[in-house]
Amino acid sequence: MAAIETDIAEEEARVVVAKKDFSPRRRGLRLVLGFVLPVALALGWEAAVRFGLVQGRLMPPPSRVLATLYQLAASGELLRHVTVTTARVAAGFALGVAAATLVGALAGASKLARDLVDPTLQGLRAVPSIAWIPLFILWFGIYEQSKIILIAVGSFFPVYLGMLGAILSVDRKTVEVGRIFRLSTPALVRRILLPAILPAYVVSLRAGLGMGWMFVVAAEFMGASEGLGYLLVDGQQLGKTEQILAAIFAFAVLGKITDGLLVAVAAPFLTWQDAFAPRD
Amino acid sequence: MLAIESVDKTYPNGTEALALANLRVKEGEIVAVVGGSGCGKSTLLRLAAGLDRTSRGRIRLDGETIAAPHAAVGLVFQEPRLLPWLTVAQNIGFGLSDLPREEREKRVFEVLEHVGLAGYAARWPRELSGGQAQRVAIGRALAPRPKVLLLDEPFSSLDAFTRASLQEHLLDLWEAFRPTLVLVTHDVEEAAFLADRVLVMRPRPGRFVAEIELGLARPRDRYGPAVEAAKRKILRALDLSLREGEELAPAAAI
Repeated sequence: MAAIETDIAEEEARVVVAKKDFSPRRRGLRLVLGFVLPVALALGWEAAVRFGLVQGRLMPPPSRVLATLYQLAASGELLRHVTVTTARVAAGFALGVAAATLVGALAGASKLARDLVDPTLQGLRAVPSIAWIPLFILWFGIYEQSKIILIAVGSFFPVYLGMLGAILSVDRKTVEVGRIFRLSTPALVRRILLPAILPAYVVSLRAGLGMGWMFVVAAEFMGASEGLGYLLVDGQQLGKTEQILAAIFAFAVLGKITDGLLVAVAAPFLTWQDAFAPRD
Repeated sequence: MLAIESVDKTYPNGTEALALANLRVKEGEIVAVVGGSGCGKSTLLRLAAGLDRTSRGRIRLDGETIAAPHAAVGLVFQEPRLLPWLTVAQNIGFGLSDLPREEREKRVFEVLEHVGLAGYAARWPRELSGGQAQRVAIGRALAPRPKVLLLDEPFSSLDAFTRASLQEHLLDLWEAFRPTLVLVTHDVEEAAFLADRVLVMRPRPGRFVAEIELGLARPRDRYGPAVEAAKRKILRALDLSLREGEELAPAAAI
């Protein structure tokens, strides 16, 4: 029993060390550190324009960008554009993820399905997705449908690859534990396979969501009267650089928020993971 | 009673992994199977656990042929193989999902006590040391109260100190639950300290070449003359079987 007591003491020492890393003070510090660079750059630029070192026409100072954002927000326009763009990403991402999860699961579960679909999908993946735009416009028109499908195509591939890779890399040894306890196939899937692939799947969802935000811009470039992509095009045509920057800023914030949401939703299922520690 | 009845295992590529004579393991007996790497001792355990099928012959538990994993046969792997997404308690209860919740919790608690990890129920496997993790793995295998517990070099990756303490621990568990133990090991001291009977295996194809009935009472003194003598006996059998390749004593006839 002495051995066990030593173990426990050792263990407690480890836990104390681990807790230290999670301390709120450290987290606060890291948050502040993350803001240092952008804030310093913004202040520097603002000062450079104010003191007449550079002209603010092509690169407007942060104050003007913020003012534009404020105007857009106050008129309700920003909300409208953000809502439209977010809805497109949501619809396209949902479609892409559903298809990718299904196809990825099939390809992972069956060698036959894998041999059938994987070479084709890998070939299609090599096509830059923007190249589909002309075709999609001809097929699905210039309205919502073609945009959502483009976004779906963009988010499909990372999720498909993640799903397939995760299934194929499930450790045979872990599956054997399920076999030793005589799990039925559905139980094996639920109790072993799903939890085992979840971490890699979440990573692929994040990659897919990033692609979704990338492709919504391309989709909105191909003709839209609403959305953040429209703000970009409109800003370019009218020379409103502050509007372009405002839209870019909005993209950055939205992308970060949605990624954070995804991580937050997945986190409770992944607390067991050694590596998955968004907090530390 | 666990009976191995002229079991052969030949892999699809033609490699003959096992060609075993008959062997019977009595209820509650502790049998250690020793031999160098590649002698087929792990293959033997996988067959007995029902993870692989025999090519010829059969393994029976109380008359019933084992062709697939069996509720009465537990297996502890060389590495703990805990499920990292389950807590220690959930890992131990993994094989108890057929039981009603209360009964399951009672069993899990009881096993936790037995393996000395009562305060660790809510821990994640990643928070455990190697020895603790292997104790959980043994607990998980014992929780459904198997009649036979198979152990595949369960302590081989642990340091000598932890290994000794886990051997003692295994004996405590054996006292408490009295399962038949079949322990595959390459550690001669482990075999001499734990087993009632030691079987020596030789490779190509894997077969029993010596059987040593230790006949030692428990508790045993790990450093005492009796265990030392047993160790020497096992080593000599291993050594002879390696050098001369002759069969010393055919494994127990039925």
